[in-house]
Amino acid sequence: MLISRRGVLAASAGLAALGLLPIAVRAQDAAAAPAMTADDMIAEFTGGAAVADGDGVTLTAPEIAENGNTVPISVDAPGASEILVLALENPTPGVARFTFGPLAASQAAATRIRLAKTQDVVAIAKLADGSFVRTASNVKVTIGGCGG
Amino acid sequence: MAENVKPRVRVPKTASRDEVITIKTLISHPMESGQRKDKDGNTVPRSIINRFTAEFNGQLVVDTRLEPAISTNPYLEFDARVPETGEFKFTWYDDDGSVYENVQKVDVS
Repeated sequence: MLISRRGVLAASAGLAALGLLPIAVRAQDAAAAPAMTADDMIAEFTGGAAVADGDGVTLTAPEIAENGNTVPISVDAPGASEILVLALENPTPGVARFTFGPLAASQAAATRIRLAKTQDVVAIAKLADGSFVRTASNVKVTIGGCGG
Repeated sequence: MAENVKPRVRVPKTASRDEVITIKTLISHPMESGQRKDKDGNTVPRSIINRFTAEFNGQLVVDTRLEPAISTNPYLEFDARVPETGEFKFTWYDDDGSVYENVQKVDVS
């Protein structure tokens, strides 16, 4: 049997394609699953309803965070049933989603978050009447979190 | 995956009826974000606490979904109302399927 140069090239190209394809697909899956954009998360939270800027939700965050690995924040939205917190410029924008039950004395919570770089932190609250309000706070980060 | 996971909770032992009490919780956990790389350049797989709930006598106080952007040793502070003597139950859910629980009794006078 004659082994032509063309034949060998075609065969190896085919093998390479077969070999690479599953890897490419896997990589895409892995990227697609957690990579919800901030807009996706907001849409999931609000169900597409309009989000008003302004009163009803308070986000407290430092103006300057020296260490992006632990930035103290707190959110407060009197009467809200849920609050979604996002960090828009993080590799994954989700931060937390608080759902308040009947024994929550206030619709407020405080925690510590990671910020990869200087960015806006956004809080969106679902108020008692079912409407949504948002607020944002810019935090300047000196040393980023997320293992940059 | 996560080792030495230890929940710590601060709840007053006594309270008056319908008093608002502030609860502070912390659990020692690396909260590996899935973004870091080890020294060989391999991504360290995500391993975080993804949910936290607080209940009092079976009634919900707060249910929280946590994302990788929550700092190492996740800390949460919130307010609860205690209508009667009973128990707070705090539950943390780990990515690896582990569930960590902590129960705190409150006497209401």
